[in-house]
Amino acid sequence: MNKNPTVGVLLSRVRVEEKLLLQELASRGVETKVIDDRTLVLPTEHRPDLGVDVVLERCIQHGTALYALSILDGWCVPTVNTYEVAEVCGNKLLTTMRLVRHKVPAPKTRVAFTPEAALTAVEELGYPVVMKPLIGSWGRLVSKVNDRESAEAIVEHKDVLGNYLHSIYYVQEYVAKPGRDIRGFVVGDETICAIYRYSEHWITNTARGGRAENCPVTPELNDICVRAAKAVGGGIVAIDVLERDGELLVNEVNYTMEFRNSIDTTGVNIPAKMIDFVLDVAKRAKN
Amino acid sequence: MPKCPECDADVTVGSDAVKGEIVSCPDCGAELEVTEITPVALALAPEAEEDWGE
Repeated sequence: MNKNPTVGVLLSRVRVEEKLLLQELASRGVETKVIDDRTLVLPTEHRPDLGVDVVLERCIQHGTALYALSILDGWCVPTVNTYEVAEVCGNKLLTTMRLVRHKVPAPKTRVAFTPEAALTAVEELGYPVVMKPLIGSWGRLVSKVNDRESAEAIVEHKDVLGNYLHSIYYVQEYVAKPGRDIRGFVVGDETICAIYRYSEHWITNTARGGRAENCPVTPELNDICVRAAKAVGGGIVAIDVLERDGELLVNEVNYTMEFRNSIDTTGVNIPAKMIDFVLDVAKRAKN
Repeated sequence: MPKCPECDADVTVGSDAVKGEIVSCPDCGAELEVTEITPVALALAPEAEEDWGE
């Protein structure tokens, strides 16, 4: 029996991150199977026979990741991350509730289910507020709402044009950032590195043009990032952290993290740390 | 040399390219997916959808 685990990498497209992960696996001589989620057919009645000991999920589409992981986890195929983590992190409301229940500081949030109640929620928090779709990434459709007229327009657009998920109104207090936010990369029990994301725009995602700089991982930052990671189920996650008057607040948790701009910036070999964790999960599952 | 399916420009693809890799057309900037390696074939990469991301 082969003592070394075989790693399946479930992906849609080989972006820079996936290529780095595949190169890391190859450099270690790890047997690797690329699983293209566009051609994948998973059975529900029996354990999927993928011929791997662990699956590293790197899908670009949340729905694909979520439901593939639900079947794999349901049949006890070890995965990184788990279905639980994908379910929680893929939904901003579920993430918020985990953070709150685990006493991880986060921006105040209100949820409403009708346009009228959404406007009440907005005015309860006070302008400006941020409205976000429950599901989505890269800062898409995230709106800063400065006044009543803007709120009415956005709520109407969401009500008329959006699918049903857009009629669940997620309203958050606006945190005035110092021109940057922090992204902490957590692998297991450690924040392995972090970056500042600078932008003139209030949305600081590097996917939207934010500039990355190394951020020292202080004990305080490590603590809040690891606590946030554990709150959502643990594994390999990227924590978006806001600073407000010396206080740290967790804004979001990403479960299929992008890191291409953060390796040179931090000097940390992020894909190597990720593969260490994946191999560890496979080994623990075998024992 | 493979051609961009959008604008017909020549696209250089690295020798270490893998199937599924995303490259950009140097002329029109279209995102292209490497669909075959030998010989290299390119197709327009799908547009981002609502639940794409991290």
